[in-house]
Amino acid sequence: MEIVGKLQNRFMEFMRSLYREGFLDDQFLQLQKLQDESNPDFVVEVVSLFFEDSEKLLNNLAMALQQQVVDYKQVDAHVHQFKGSSSSIGAQRVKNACVAFRNFCEEKNLEGCMQCLQHAKHEYFLVKNKLETLFRLEQQILAAGGTVPVLS
Amino acid sequence: MGMAAADLQFHVLAVDDCLIDRKLIERLFRISSCQVTTVDSGSKALEFLGLQELDQNQPCVSPSNQQEVEVNLIITDYCMPGMTGYDLLKKIKESSSLRNIPVVIMSSENVPSRISSEGWSVDHPFARGGFDHVTRCLEEGAEEFFLKPVRLSDVNKLRPHMMKTKCKSLPQQEAEKMVTKPKQESIEIANVQSQAQEPQQQTESETVQQQQKSQANNNNNKRKAMEENLSPDRTRPRYSSGLTAV
Repeated sequence: MEIVGKLQNRFMEFMRSLYREGFLDDQFLQLQKLQDESNPDFVVEVVSLFFEDSEKLLNNLAMALQQQVVDYKQVDAHVHQFKGSSSSIGAQRVKNACVAFRNFCEEKNLEGCMQCLQHAKHEYFLVKNKLETLFRLEQQILAAGGTVPVLS
Repeated sequence: MGMAAADLQFHVLAVDDCLIDRKLIERLFRISSCQVTTVDSGSKALEFLGLQELDQNQPCVSPSNQQEVEVNLIITDYCMPGMTGYDLLKKIKESSSLRNIPVVIMSSENVPSRISSEGWSVDHPFARGGFDHVTRCLEEGAEEFFLKPVRLSDVNKLRPHMMKTKCKSLPQQEAEKMVTKPKQESIEIANVQSQAQEPQQQTESETVQQQQKSQANNNNNKRKAMEENLSPDRTRPRYSSGLTAV
């Protein structure tokens, strides 16, 4: 069971770093509270939805900003949605990137918007990577016969 | 005639155009022992509630739907395409059959702090002279306004509001008092169960606190239940002291 202990420690340390570095905020903890034996995959399910939704939104944003005449209302609507979904799963850095993005939408500042899109995309792929790693660590613990520790 | 377990459960209608948020809100309420129906728009919500719109100004109730659907709470997102949560709230409060269902609004933002450039609709946070969402909604009769993301602690606050719509779940002593009063034949006192039996999935301290709260509410509730659909008064608090002969 030493392996399980090591895996659990690695998991806990990784989780703590995600909070420390601002990738995740308290909302992610709230999500974990909603998971139990009757809904053991709740977090993975919601995060998977977030991944799907985000990739569509990022594509839509790229297209919207490439138009001859940019419809900033449309751009803002996408960013609003992205901000909402990232906030709902606790992806703090993505959410913050969206806040800045909306300011440029309001100003109808194309250059600003393009930069924000890049920033939001970057943050999104970072957190996606982190979360996939987290889920992998969980699987490793379960495969070794252990239980996934809960951070409080 | 005993009470089926389903009768004790609250049924929540959740309205949100975002799939992730629908999933979240559904889980929040399910974990709190509520039955949940989710829809992705205000118009679908009205359809579910049995309110068909024949034309913009005259929603009518479809009688076949009305009996089957008992909803104890409607929780809706504020910012939705088409019918906003505020529009939905107004339609519900304008309906004599639905106005007593508590409505809660959720939003990712409250005060529109920015002054607009032209082209933004009045509901948009960027709109010039945009309204404070919270004030608008509370004035229109919403019970609560939650900032997203909504949490379990927010959902727990809603129990007293949902209790108001359940006149069946009265404690035995209260029901016995009612038997002697002439205008109360319509209330099914046989279906009374002690409040201690519900809700199940809460911590002990929360349960006790809410039982005490709902106990207080229920004294007013049975009167309110009788006054339902009679009182034209939409302002809060809703407990009317002007009773007919009881």
